[in-house]
Amino acid sequence: MRKIKNILFVLCLLPLTTFAAGIEVKLDIAPIRTIDKLSLQRGAKTFVNYCLTCHSADYMRYNRLRDLGLSEKQISDNLIFTGQKTGGLMHTAMVKKEAKQWFGVPPPDLSVIARSRGADWLYTYLRQFYRDESTATGWNNLVFDRAAMPHVFYQLQGEQLLKVEMVDDGHGGKHEVKRLELSKPGTLSKTEYDMQIADLVNYLVYLAEPAATYRVQLGIIVMLFLFGMLGLTYTLKHEYWRDIH
Amino acid sequence: MGKRMTSLMGWIDARMPVTAKWKLHLSEYYAPKNFNFWYYFGSLAMLVLVNQLLTGIFLTMNYKPDASLAFASVEYIMRDVDFGWLIRYMHSTGASMFFVVVYLHMFRGMMYGSYRKPRELLWLIGMMIFFVLMMLAFTGYILPWGQMSYWGAQVILSMVGSIPVIGEPLKDLIMGDYMLSDAALNRFFAYHVVTLPILLLTLVVVHVLALHEVGSNNPDGIEIKKNKDPETGIPVDGIPFHPYYSVKDIVGVVGFLIVFFGIIFFAPEMGGYFLEYNNFVPANSLQTPDHIAPVWYFTPYYSMLRAATVNFLWIDAKLWGIILMCGSVAIFCLLPWLDRSPVKSIRYKGSYFKTALTLFVISVFVLGWLGTKTPTPLYTTLAQIFTVVYFAFFLLMPWYSKIDKTKPEPTRVST
Repeated sequence: MRKIKNILFVLCLLPLTTFAAGIEVKLDIAPIRTIDKLSLQRGAKTFVNYCLTCHSADYMRYNRLRDLGLSEKQISDNLIFTGQKTGGLMHTAMVKKEAKQWFGVPPPDLSVIARSRGADWLYTYLRQFYRDESTATGWNNLVFDRAAMPHVFYQLQGEQLLKVEMVDDGHGGKHEVKRLELSKPGTLSKTEYDMQIADLVNYLVYLAEPAATYRVQLGIIVMLFLFGMLGLTYTLKHEYWRDIH
Repeated sequence: MGKRMTSLMGWIDARMPVTAKWKLHLSEYYAPKNFNFWYYFGSLAMLVLVNQLLTGIFLTMNYKPDASLAFASVEYIMRDVDFGWLIRYMHSTGASMFFVVVYLHMFRGMMYGSYRKPRELLWLIGMMIFFVLMMLAFTGYILPWGQMSYWGAQVILSMVGSIPVIGEPLKDLIMGDYMLSDAALNRFFAYHVVTLPILLLTLVVVHVLALHEVGSNNPDGIEIKKNKDPETGIPVDGIPFHPYYSVKDIVGVVGFLIVFFGIIFFAPEMGGYFLEYNNFVPANSLQTPDHIAPVWYFTPYYSMLRAATVNFLWIDAKLWGIILMCGSVAIFCLLPWLDRSPVKSIRYKGSYFKTALTLFVISVFVLGWLGTKTPTPLYTTLAQIFTVVYFAFFLLMPWYSKIDKTKPEPTRVST
């Protein structure tokens, strides 16, 4: 019995250890609404104008963007800058070999980036760039230290600087708190910039699984059918089993 | 039945005894009438097997077993193939649900002593199915050629390589190359879609045949064949599988499908447990991920693999880890001979067995949880403690099952 108590004691301590192990940057929660087609359209616009220059989305076809309520003509007139057909995949114009020379690593494909990184990470990452003269690009990031990617939205967001403060933790010790401060404003206000990035991340989430919205809709119908079937099959079973009990 | 139908069946039966087999396995296969919730999982395992075979066939139509195309072909299935996403999620969720169902099926056997005489062979065949299932899961997980596919395979293959003497040549034979590459992916594809499914299907057939020879156990752990109607020779506590259990199992099937499709439609990644986030990054042989974790169904064994940290006797820590990991699975095979209790079912076993089984279940869950985490000194210590608990359940069983205070078994099944 004592042994069991000891084990239970250790089990109670388990949640504490996860807390201690998880010292990471706190991620902001991305306001994801993949049913908001206007937001997705705005995100798509930002995506093709900014991201697609260096990154690819090699598993996504342009004409799939009809999901967002766009016509083929709208897609080819407004979103395709590479002269591709609408049935083509979203390739990047950048040559991989050159990209590797310029950045050290080729920019990753973004087709499923929201599934590997998660929306919150992307939303935080794209808003946490700051000036750092010690890096090759002149930019650094709070979420991804020494990221190879420069701050492509600096004209919109402006420039941020890192402020490190020592804060008394109330237990006699001190710990660092990192904070970003706007040093040079961009063309957008903070709220406007956050909204633009939210739209972009929303689009990236859609891009990672274009069928997701339809999946949930179909799921509701399938669930209703199955619950109906459950009642039906249970009645059948009950009818047969009457002679057993 | 119409006259023509009867004569047609007569013609067939004279050449192949279809009617007799139907009776033997379904309409006159007498199963105990007191099956409870835990008895759904055998037929459900068969349902998942069929699901995996059918969805698997459709996936092979568009999947490309080529290291440079595999990842893209999976995304092609997810985006451009009609309902490809549904087929793929049915297969990926099916893989995890196969383990859920099989683990519950095994736990049922452990609770009610279904491995005891005369069902030892049935249990062993079941264990062989479990081994094949693990190999299927492993080879299947490599196919999308994501980071976790690649590095998970590296971990497992390096284990094969560290088997003394035969390890390295065996590893090369399995991979068809000296490193994990396109040739290896092709081989794993062949194992996953041809070799292992044939083995699995054969073993399932043998498992069912063996079951129908000895008859099903039940929650009371008593033999219904001991008490037969003197006139008909039918067990008094038995009822024909068809229609009684066929209609009952259908209810189980629909209940299962609600959970199954609930996951597929509303949470196909299952919070990173069924589809790992890192596996949405294409395999990169030059970039080792910070954290390599197997899918949830392998995490308890993975914890035990990592729990061995010291060289002992002439065997180094790594090989001890592999011995512990393989031993943790293989030791189930010994259950029929480790259990010395005079009764089969947990209903009539005493507090020792109940405590031991509870501790075993706790250790499986804790080890499983630890297997998803990056090891720290504390986690490793915990993994070591619970590895001991896990093995103690089996190794001490001959002792505690013998001295346990059991209750007398009834002569008839309780309903």
